[in-house]
Amino acid sequence: MDEIAPLIEPQIPALRRYAVALLRDREAADDLVQDTLERALSAWSGRRRDGDLRAWLFTIERNLFLAAVRRRGRRGADLGAEALEQVPDPSADPGAALGARDVLAGLDTLPEEQRSVLLLVAVEDLSYAEAAQVLGVPLGTVMSRLSRARTRMRGFLETGRTGLLRRVK
Amino acid sequence: MSGDPRPVGEDDLHGLIDGRLEPERQALVEAWLVGNPARAAEVSTDRVLRERLRARLAPIAEEAIPARLRVANIRSRHLYPGASWFPMAAAAVLCLALGGAGGWVGHALHGVPAVAVAEAPATQDAVAAFRTFVVEAVHPVEVRADEKPHLVTWLSKRLGHAVAAPDLSAQGFRLMGGRLLPAGTEPAAMLMYDDDRGTRLTLYSRVGDGDGRTLFRFAREGDIAAFSWVDGGMSYVVTGRTDEARLLSVAQAVDAHVRGLAPDRRQP
Repeated sequence: MDEIAPLIEPQIPALRRYAVALLRDREAADDLVQDTLERALSAWSGRRRDGDLRAWLFTIERNLFLAAVRRRGRRGADLGAEALEQVPDPSADPGAALGARDVLAGLDTLPEEQRSVLLLVAVEDLSYAEAAQVLGVPLGTVMSRLSRARTRMRGFLETGRTGLLRRVK
Repeated sequence: MSGDPRPVGEDDLHGLIDGRLEPERQALVEAWLVGNPARAAEVSTDRVLRERLRARLAPIAEEAIPARLRVANIRSRHLYPGASWFPMAAAAVLCLALGGAGGWVGHALHGVPAVAVAEAPATQDAVAAFRTFVVEAVHPVEVRADEKPHLVTWLSKRLGHAVAAPDLSAQGFRLMGGRLLPAGTEPAAMLMYDDDRGTRLTLYSRVGDGDGRTLFRFAREGDIAAFSWVDGGMSYVVTGRTDEARLLSVAQAVDAHVRGLAPDRRQP
Protein backbone atom coordinates (compact mmCIF):
# COMPACT_ATOMS: atom_id res chain seq x y z
CA MET A 1 0.00 0.00 0.00
CA ASP A 2 2.82 2.38 0.73
CA GLU A 3 4.27 2.18 -2.69
CA ILE A 4 1.48 4.60 -3.60
CA ALA A 5 2.50 7.76 -1.76
CA PRO A 6 5.91 8.07 -3.45
CA LEU A 7 4.18 7.78 -6.81
CA ILE A 8 1.27 10.11 -6.20
CA GLU A 9 2.70 12.83 -4.00
CA PRO A 10 5.15 14.17 -6.59
CA GLN A 11 2.11 14.86 -8.80
CA ILE A 12 0.31 16.96 -6.21
CA PRO A 13 1.92 20.33 -7.06
CA ALA A 14 0.80 20.00 -10.67
CA LEU A 15 -2.68 18.87 -9.66
CA ARG A 16 -2.95 21.95 -7.45
CA ARG A 17 -1.76 24.23 -10.20
CA TYR A 18 -4.30 22.89 -12.67
CA ALA A 19 -7.05 23.10 -10.05
CA VAL A 20 -6.27 26.73 -9.25
CA ALA A 21 -6.22 27.60 -12.93
CA LEU A 22 -9.62 25.99 -13.37
CA LEU A 23 -11.28 27.28 -10.23
CA ARG A 24 -9.40 30.48 -9.39
CA ASP A 25 -10.08 29.83 -5.74
CA ARG A 26 -7.35 28.36 -3.59
CA GLU A 27 -9.54 26.66 -1.04
CA ALA A 28 -11.84 25.11 -3.62
CA ALA A 29 -8.81 24.05 -5.62
CA ASP A 30 -7.39 22.11 -2.70
CA ASP A 31 -10.78 20.52 -2.11
CA LEU A 32 -10.75 19.40 -5.70
CA VAL A 33 -7.24 17.99 -5.36
CA GLN A 34 -8.21 16.21 -2.18
CA ASP A 35 -11.17 14.58 -3.85
CA THR A 36 -9.00 13.67 -6.79
CA LEU A 37 -6.56 11.93 -4.49
CA GLU A 38 -9.32 10.14 -2.61
CA ARG A 39 -10.75 8.91 -5.85
CA ALA A 40 -7.35 7.86 -7.11
CA LEU A 41 -6.62 5.90 -3.95
CA SER A 42 -9.92 4.09 -4.07
CA ALA A 43 -9.50 3.24 -7.74
CA TRP A 44 -5.80 2.49 -7.50
CA SER A 45 -5.91 -1.26 -8.01
CA GLY A 46 -8.14 -0.89 -11.04
CA ARG A 47 -5.73 1.49 -12.70
CA ARG A 48 -4.11 0.42 -15.92
CA ARG A 49 -0.56 -0.54 -15.07
CA ASP A 50 0.80 0.57 -18.38
CA GLY A 51 -1.11 3.84 -18.35
CA ASP A 52 0.45 7.18 -17.57
CA LEU A 53 -0.12 8.01 -13.92
CA ARG A 54 -0.05 11.76 -14.43
CA ALA A 55 -2.58 11.67 -17.25
CA TRP A 56 -4.77 9.37 -15.18
CA LEU A 57 -4.74 11.77 -12.22
CA PHE A 58 -5.51 14.76 -14.43
CA THR A 59 -8.38 12.82 -15.96
CA ILE A 60 -9.89 12.16 -12.55
CA GLU A 61 -9.37 15.75 -11.52
CA ARG A 62 -10.96 17.20 -14.61
CA ASN A 63 -13.92 14.84 -14.47
CA LEU A 64 -14.57 15.82 -10.87
CA PHE A 65 -14.31 19.45 -11.84
CA LEU A 66 -16.80 19.03 -14.67
CA ALA A 67 -19.17 17.14 -12.42
CA ALA A 68 -19.05 19.95 -9.89
CA VAL A 69 -19.61 22.57 -12.57
CA ARG A 70 -22.60 20.66 -13.85
CA ARG A 71 -24.02 20.41 -10.38
CA ARG A 72 -23.47 24.01 -9.55
CA GLY A 73 -24.68 25.66 -12.68
CA ARG A 74 -27.40 23.61 -14.26
CA ARG A 75 -28.18 26.54 -16.49
CA GLY A 76 -24.82 26.79 -18.19
CA ALA A 77 -22.59 24.30 -19.89
CA ASP A 78 -19.45 25.69 -18.34
CA LEU A 79 -18.22 28.28 -15.94
CA GLY A 80 -18.25 30.86 -18.69
CA ALA A 81 -21.06 32.97 -17.39
CA GLU A 82 -19.60 33.25 -13.94
CA ALA A 83 -16.04 33.62 -15.09
CA LEU A 84 -17.17 36.41 -17.33
CA GLU A 85 -18.25 38.48 -14.39
CA GLN A 86 -14.71 38.50 -13.16
CA VAL A 87 -13.22 39.59 -16.43
CA PRO A 88 -12.52 43.27 -16.19
CA ASP A 89 -14.09 45.52 -18.74
CA PRO A 90 -11.33 46.18 -21.27
CA SER A 91 -12.18 49.84 -21.48
CA ALA A 92 -11.57 50.14 -17.76
CA ASP A 93 -8.26 48.37 -17.93
CA PRO A 94 -5.44 50.80 -18.64
CA GLY A 95 -2.95 47.97 -19.11
CA ALA A 96 -4.92 46.38 -21.87
CA ALA A 97 -3.36 48.22 -24.73
CA LEU A 98 0.09 47.33 -23.52
CA GLY A 99 -0.63 43.65 -23.30
CA ALA A 100 -0.15 43.81 -19.57
CA ARG A 101 -3.42 42.14 -18.78
CA ASP A 102 -3.43 39.13 -16.58
CA VAL A 103 -3.17 36.02 -18.70
CA LEU A 104 -5.44 34.23 -16.29
CA ALA A 105 -8.22 36.68 -17.08
CA GLY A 106 -7.75 35.74 -20.71
CA LEU A 107 -7.85 32.10 -19.77
CA ASP A 108 -11.19 32.62 -18.09
CA THR A 109 -12.75 33.73 -21.32
CA LEU A 110 -12.05 30.37 -22.93
CA PRO A 111 -14.60 27.57 -22.88
CA GLU A 112 -13.49 24.90 -20.43
CA GLU A 113 -12.43 22.45 -23.12
CA GLN A 114 -10.05 24.99 -24.65
CA ARG A 115 -8.83 26.16 -21.27
CA SER A 116 -8.04 22.62 -20.21
CA VAL A 117 -6.22 21.72 -23.38
CA LEU A 118 -4.06 24.82 -23.15
CA LEU A 119 -3.27 24.23 -19.49
CA LEU A 120 -2.49 20.57 -19.89
CA VAL A 121 -0.26 21.07 -22.92
CA ALA A 122 1.37 24.44 -22.35
CA VAL A 123 1.64 24.47 -18.56
CA GLU A 124 1.55 20.85 -17.42
CA ASP A 125 3.66 19.62 -20.32
CA LEU A 126 1.44 16.72 -21.20
CA SER A 127 2.05 15.31 -24.65
CA TYR A 128 -0.72 15.88 -27.18
CA ALA A 129 -1.62 12.20 -26.90
CA GLU A 130 -1.84 12.41 -23.11
CA ALA A 131 -4.00 15.50 -23.36
CA ALA A 132 -6.27 13.60 -25.74
CA GLN A 133 -6.51 10.85 -23.16
CA VAL A 134 -7.38 13.25 -20.35
CA LEU A 135 -10.00 15.03 -22.40
CA GLY A 136 -11.36 11.83 -23.88
CA VAL A 137 -11.17 13.14 -27.44
CA PRO A 138 -9.16 12.23 -30.55
CA LEU A 139 -5.77 13.79 -31.15
CA GLY A 140 -7.10 15.92 -33.99
CA THR A 141 -9.64 17.46 -31.65
CA VAL A 142 -6.86 18.36 -29.22
CA MET A 143 -5.01 20.16 -31.98
CA SER A 144 -8.04 22.07 -33.19
CA ARG A 145 -8.99 23.07 -29.65
CA LEU A 146 -5.44 24.20 -29.08
CA SER A 147 -5.64 26.32 -32.21
CA ARG A 148 -8.89 27.90 -31.09
CA ALA A 149 -7.55 28.49 -27.60
CA ARG A 150 -4.43 30.19 -28.90
CA THR A 151 -6.30 32.29 -31.39
CA ARG A 152 -8.63 33.47 -28.68
CA MET A 153 -5.83 34.19 -26.25
CA ARG A 154 -4.00 36.20 -28.88
CA GLY A 155 -7.12 38.21 -29.42
CA PHE A 156 -7.48 38.76 -25.72
CA LEU A 157 -3.91 39.87 -25.24
CA GLU A 158 -3.68 41.99 -28.32
CA THR A 159 -6.96 43.81 -28.21
CA GLY A 160 -8.60 42.86 -24.97
CA ARG A 161 -11.81 42.37 -26.85
CA THR A 162 -12.36 38.68 -26.31
CA GLY A 163 -14.49 39.35 -23.29
CA LEU A 164 -16.66 41.68 -25.28
CA LEU A 165 -17.15 39.23 -28.07
CA ARG A 166 -18.12 36.59 -25.62
CA ARG A 167 -20.52 38.90 -23.90
CA VAL A 168 -22.39 39.48 -27.12
CA LYS A 169 -22.87 35.77 -27.52
CA MET B 1 17.20 18.45 -44.62
CA SER B 2 16.03 15.04 -45.67
CA GLY B 3 13.50 13.43 -43.41
CA ASP B 4 9.89 14.46 -43.17
CA PRO B 5 8.63 15.74 -46.51
CA ARG B 6 5.14 16.65 -45.30
CA PRO B 7 4.02 20.24 -45.72
CA VAL B 8 3.96 22.42 -42.64
CA GLY B 9 0.68 22.16 -40.74
CA GLU B 10 -1.04 23.65 -37.72
CA ASP B 11 0.23 20.72 -35.67
CA ASP B 12 3.80 21.67 -36.59
CA LEU B 13 3.20 25.21 -35.42
CA HIS B 14 1.89 24.00 -32.06
CA GLY B 15 4.81 21.61 -31.89
CA LEU B 16 7.16 24.52 -32.43
CA ILE B 17 5.47 26.69 -29.81
CA ASP B 18 5.46 23.84 -27.30
CA GLY B 19 8.99 22.74 -28.11
CA ARG B 20 7.95 19.29 -29.25
CA LEU B 21 9.58 19.09 -32.69
CA GLU B 22 12.59 17.11 -33.71
CA PRO B 23 15.47 19.46 -34.61
CA GLU B 24 15.18 18.75 -38.34
CA ARG B 25 11.49 19.40 -38.43
CA GLN B 26 11.90 22.48 -36.30
CA ALA B 27 14.39 23.92 -38.76
CA LEU B 28 12.00 23.24 -41.60
CA VAL B 29 9.07 24.88 -39.82
CA GLU B 30 11.16 27.91 -38.88
CA ALA B 31 12.29 28.26 -42.47
CA TRP B 32 8.67 28.13 -43.58
CA LEU B 33 7.76 30.88 -41.11
CA VAL B 34 10.36 33.18 -42.63
CA GLY B 35 8.26 33.18 -45.77
CA ASN B 36 5.03 33.64 -43.80
CA PRO B 37 5.57 36.68 -41.61
CA ALA B 38 1.96 37.02 -40.52
CA ARG B 39 1.88 33.51 -39.19
CA ALA B 40 5.33 34.00 -37.71
CA ALA B 41 4.06 36.95 -35.71
CA GLU B 42 1.21 34.85 -34.35
CA VAL B 43 3.55 32.06 -33.38
CA SER B 44 5.74 34.56 -31.63
CA THR B 45 2.76 35.89 -29.67
CA ASP B 46 1.74 32.35 -28.80
CA ARG B 47 5.19 31.69 -27.43
CA VAL B 48 5.09 34.80 -25.28
CA LEU B 49 1.69 33.84 -24.05
CA ARG B 50 2.80 30.34 -23.20
CA GLU B 51 5.68 31.69 -21.15
CA ARG B 52 3.48 34.18 -19.35
CA LEU B 53 0.95 31.54 -18.49
CA ARG B 54 3.64 29.23 -17.15
CA ALA B 55 5.28 31.99 -15.17
CA ARG B 56 1.96 33.13 -13.74
CA LEU B 57 1.06 29.64 -12.52
CA ALA B 58 4.50 28.39 -11.55
CA PRO B 59 4.46 29.71 -7.96
CA ILE B 60 1.51 27.48 -7.11
CA ALA B 61 3.45 24.36 -7.98
CA GLU B 62 6.41 25.57 -5.97
CA GLU B 63 4.48 25.92 -2.73
CA ALA B 64 4.72 23.33 0.01
CA ILE B 65 1.73 21.06 -0.26
CA PRO B 66 -0.85 21.32 2.51
CA ALA B 67 -0.76 18.52 5.05
CA ARG B 68 -4.30 17.53 4.32
CA LEU B 69 -3.24 16.49 0.83
CA ARG B 70 -0.66 14.00 2.01
CA VAL B 71 -1.59 10.52 0.90
CA ALA B 72 -1.23 9.18 4.44
CA ASN B 73 -3.63 11.79 5.76
CA ILE B 74 -6.15 11.18 3.04
CA ARG B 75 -6.01 7.47 3.62
CA SER B 76 -6.54 7.88 7.34
CA ARG B 77 -9.80 9.70 6.77
CA HIS B 78 -11.75 6.70 5.74
CA LEU B 79 -14.91 8.35 4.66
CA TYR B 80 -15.51 11.33 2.57
CA PRO B 81 -15.87 14.03 5.17
CA GLY B 82 -18.92 15.67 3.85
CA ALA B 83 -21.27 16.44 1.08
CA SER B 84 -19.20 19.37 -0.04
CA TRP B 85 -18.15 17.91 -3.32
CA PHE B 86 -20.52 15.04 -3.98
CA PRO B 87 -24.00 16.11 -3.02
CA MET B 88 -25.57 15.23 -6.34
CA ALA B 89 -23.89 11.88 -6.53
CA ALA B 90 -24.91 11.06 -3.03
CA ALA B 91 -28.43 12.18 -3.77
CA ALA B 92 -28.52 10.03 -6.86
CA VAL B 93 -27.42 7.02 -4.90
CA LEU B 94 -29.98 7.67 -2.25
CA CYS B 95 -32.61 8.16 -4.88
CA LEU B 96 -31.83 4.84 -6.46
CA ALA B 97 -31.58 3.04 -3.16
CA LEU B 98 -35.01 4.26 -2.12
CA GLY B 99 -36.57 4.22 -5.50
CA GLY B 100 -38.28 1.55 -7.48
CA ALA B 101 -35.28 0.89 -9.61
CA GLY B 102 -33.90 -1.54 -7.12
CA GLY B 103 -30.95 0.10 -5.51
CA TRP B 104 -27.33 0.10 -6.28
CA VAL B 105 -25.37 -0.40 -3.12
CA GLY B 106 -23.75 2.95 -3.37
CA HIS B 107 -20.67 2.37 -1.34
CA ALA B 108 -18.37 3.66 -3.99
CA LEU B 109 -19.15 7.23 -3.13
CA HIS B 110 -18.84 6.73 0.58
CA GLY B 111 -15.26 5.74 0.66
CA VAL B 112 -15.43 2.00 0.22
CA PRO B 113 -13.08 1.53 -2.69
CA ALA B 114 -14.85 1.51 -5.98
CA VAL B 115 -12.45 -1.02 -7.36
CA ALA B 116 -14.84 -3.89 -7.80
CA VAL B 117 -13.51 -4.78 -11.18
CA ALA B 118 -16.17 -6.16 -13.32
CA GLU B 119 -16.86 -9.60 -12.08
CA ALA B 120 -19.74 -10.05 -14.47
CA PRO B 121 -18.47 -11.23 -17.87
CA ALA B 122 -20.85 -8.90 -19.68
CA THR B 123 -19.22 -5.94 -17.93
CA GLN B 124 -15.73 -7.10 -18.84
CA ASP B 125 -16.75 -7.50 -22.46
CA ALA B 126 -18.50 -4.15 -22.47
CA VAL B 127 -15.49 -2.34 -21.03
CA ALA B 128 -13.20 -4.07 -23.53
CA ALA B 129 -15.48 -3.01 -26.38
CA PHE B 130 -15.62 0.52 -24.98
CA ARG B 131 -11.83 0.71 -24.92
CA THR B 132 -11.60 -0.53 -28.47
CA PHE B 133 -14.21 1.63 -30.11
CA VAL B 134 -14.46 4.80 -28.11
CA VAL B 135 -11.08 6.01 -29.34
CA GLU B 136 -12.06 5.27 -32.91
CA ALA B 137 -12.19 8.54 -34.79
CA VAL B 138 -13.10 7.33 -38.26
CA HIS B 139 -15.39 4.35 -37.70
CA PRO B 140 -16.70 4.47 -34.14
CA VAL B 141 -19.93 2.83 -35.26
CA GLU B 142 -21.01 0.46 -37.97
CA VAL B 143 -24.44 1.93 -38.57
CA ARG B 144 -24.95 5.61 -37.87
CA ALA B 145 -27.75 7.17 -35.92
CA ASP B 146 -29.35 8.68 -39.01
CA GLU B 147 -30.40 5.13 -39.82
CA LYS B 148 -31.72 4.49 -36.35
CA PRO B 149 -34.80 2.43 -37.32
CA HIS B 150 -32.64 0.15 -39.42
CA LEU B 151 -30.04 -0.05 -36.67
CA VAL B 152 -32.55 -1.09 -34.03
CA THR B 153 -34.31 -3.58 -36.30
CA TRP B 154 -31.07 -5.11 -37.41
CA LEU B 155 -29.58 -5.49 -33.93
CA SER B 156 -32.86 -6.79 -32.48
CA LYS B 157 -33.07 -9.38 -35.22
CA ARG B 158 -29.51 -10.56 -34.73
CA LEU B 159 -29.85 -10.76 -30.96
CA GLY B 160 -33.27 -12.30 -31.11
CA HIS B 161 -34.47 -9.79 -28.54
CA ALA B 162 -35.63 -6.21 -28.68
CA VAL B 163 -32.63 -3.92 -28.45
CA ALA B 164 -33.22 -0.56 -26.84
CA ALA B 165 -31.77 2.64 -28.25
CA PRO B 166 -33.12 5.15 -25.74
CA ASP B 167 -33.12 8.88 -26.21
CA LEU B 168 -30.58 10.26 -23.75
CA SER B 169 -30.86 13.90 -24.71
CA ALA B 170 -32.10 14.74 -21.23
CA GLN B 171 -28.72 13.51 -19.98
CA GLY B 172 -26.94 15.50 -22.67
CA PHE B 173 -26.06 12.57 -24.93
CA ARG B 174 -26.86 11.95 -28.57
CA LEU B 175 -26.92 8.60 -30.29
CA MET B 176 -23.97 8.25 -32.68
CA GLY B 177 -24.90 4.78 -33.90
CA GLY B 178 -24.11 1.21 -33.10
CA ARG B 179 -22.49 -2.03 -34.05
CA LEU B 180 -22.78 -5.77 -33.64
CA LEU B 181 -20.12 -7.53 -31.58
CA PRO B 182 -19.28 -11.15 -30.89
CA ALA B 183 -19.87 -12.30 -27.30
CA GLY B 184 -18.82 -15.91 -27.01
CA THR B 185 -21.16 -17.79 -29.28
CA GLU B 186 -23.80 -15.09 -29.14
CA PRO B 187 -23.91 -11.62 -30.63
CA ALA B 188 -24.01 -8.45 -28.57
CA ALA B 189 -25.18 -4.97 -29.47
CA MET B 190 -23.21 -1.83 -28.70
CA LEU B 191 -24.63 1.65 -29.09
CA MET B 192 -22.46 4.71 -28.77
CA TYR B 193 -23.52 8.15 -27.59
CA ASP B 194 -21.63 11.40 -27.26
CA ASP B 195 -22.17 14.83 -25.80
CA ASP B 196 -21.19 18.34 -26.82
CA ARG B 197 -17.80 17.97 -25.19
CA GLY B 198 -17.02 14.84 -27.16
CA THR B 199 -17.47 12.58 -24.14
CA ARG B 200 -18.55 9.19 -25.36
CA LEU B 201 -20.36 6.42 -23.62
CA THR B 202 -21.61 3.04 -24.72
CA LEU B 203 -24.71 0.99 -24.02
CA TYR B 204 -23.87 -2.66 -24.37
CA SER B 205 -26.59 -5.30 -24.33
CA ARG B 206 -26.87 -8.99 -24.94
CA VAL B 207 -29.18 -11.89 -24.22
CA GLY B 208 -28.54 -14.01 -21.19
CA ASP B 209 -27.64 -14.07 -17.53
CA GLY B 210 -31.03 -15.19 -16.31
CA ASP B 211 -34.55 -13.98 -16.43
CA GLY B 212 -34.84 -11.97 -13.29
CA ARG B 213 -33.84 -8.51 -12.43
CA THR B 214 -30.65 -7.58 -10.62
CA LEU B 215 -29.50 -4.50 -8.85
CA PHE B 216 -27.33 -1.95 -10.53
CA ARG B 217 -23.74 -2.98 -10.17
CA PHE B 218 -20.92 -0.50 -10.37
CA ALA B 219 -17.44 -1.26 -11.62
CA ARG B 220 -14.44 0.89 -12.30
CA GLU B 221 -11.37 0.09 -14.27
CA GLY B 222 -8.89 2.94 -14.25
CA ASP B 223 -10.81 5.99 -15.39
CA ILE B 224 -13.57 3.97 -17.00
CA ALA B 225 -16.74 3.45 -15.05
CA ALA B 226 -19.57 1.05 -15.78
CA PHE B 227 -23.02 0.27 -14.44
CA SER B 228 -24.45 -3.13 -15.26
CA TRP B 229 -27.69 -4.90 -14.55
CA VAL B 230 -29.87 -7.70 -15.85
CA ASP B 231 -33.52 -7.33 -16.68
CA GLY B 232 -35.96 -9.48 -18.58
CA GLY B 233 -33.42 -11.83 -20.09
CA MET B 234 -31.01 -9.13 -21.19
CA SER B 235 -27.74 -7.92 -19.70
CA TYR B 236 -27.13 -4.20 -19.93
CA VAL B 237 -23.90 -2.33 -19.35
CA VAL B 238 -23.49 1.43 -19.55
CA THR B 239 -19.83 2.38 -19.82
CA GLY B 240 -18.15 5.75 -19.89
CA ARG B 241 -15.16 7.78 -18.95
CA THR B 242 -17.23 10.04 -16.77
CA ASP B 243 -18.21 10.51 -13.17
CA GLU B 244 -20.51 8.08 -11.44
CA ALA B 245 -23.35 10.48 -10.90
CA ARG B 246 -23.67 11.28 -14.56
CA LEU B 247 -23.26 7.68 -15.61
CA LEU B 248 -25.82 6.64 -13.05
CA SER B 249 -28.33 9.09 -14.46
CA VAL B 250 -27.77 7.51 -17.86
CA ALA B 251 -28.17 4.00 -16.47
CA GLN B 252 -31.41 5.06 -14.84
CA ALA B 253 -32.69 6.55 -18.06
CA VAL B 254 -31.84 3.40 -19.99
CA ASP B 255 -33.43 1.26 -17.32
CA ALA B 256 -36.58 3.37 -17.39
CA HIS B 257 -36.70 3.14 -21.16
CA VAL B 258 -36.23 -0.61 -21.14
CA ARG B 259 -39.00 -1.04 -18.65
CA GLY B 260 -41.23 1.21 -20.64
CA LEU B 261 -41.49 3.80 -17.94
CA ALA B 262 -41.45 7.49 -18.46
CA PRO B 263 -38.49 8.91 -16.57
CA ASP B 264 -40.67 11.11 -14.44
CA ARG B 265 -42.61 8.15 -13.11
CA ARG B 266 -39.62 6.92 -11.22
CA GLN B 267 -39.70 7.56 -7.56
CA PRO B 268 -38.05 10.65 -6.22
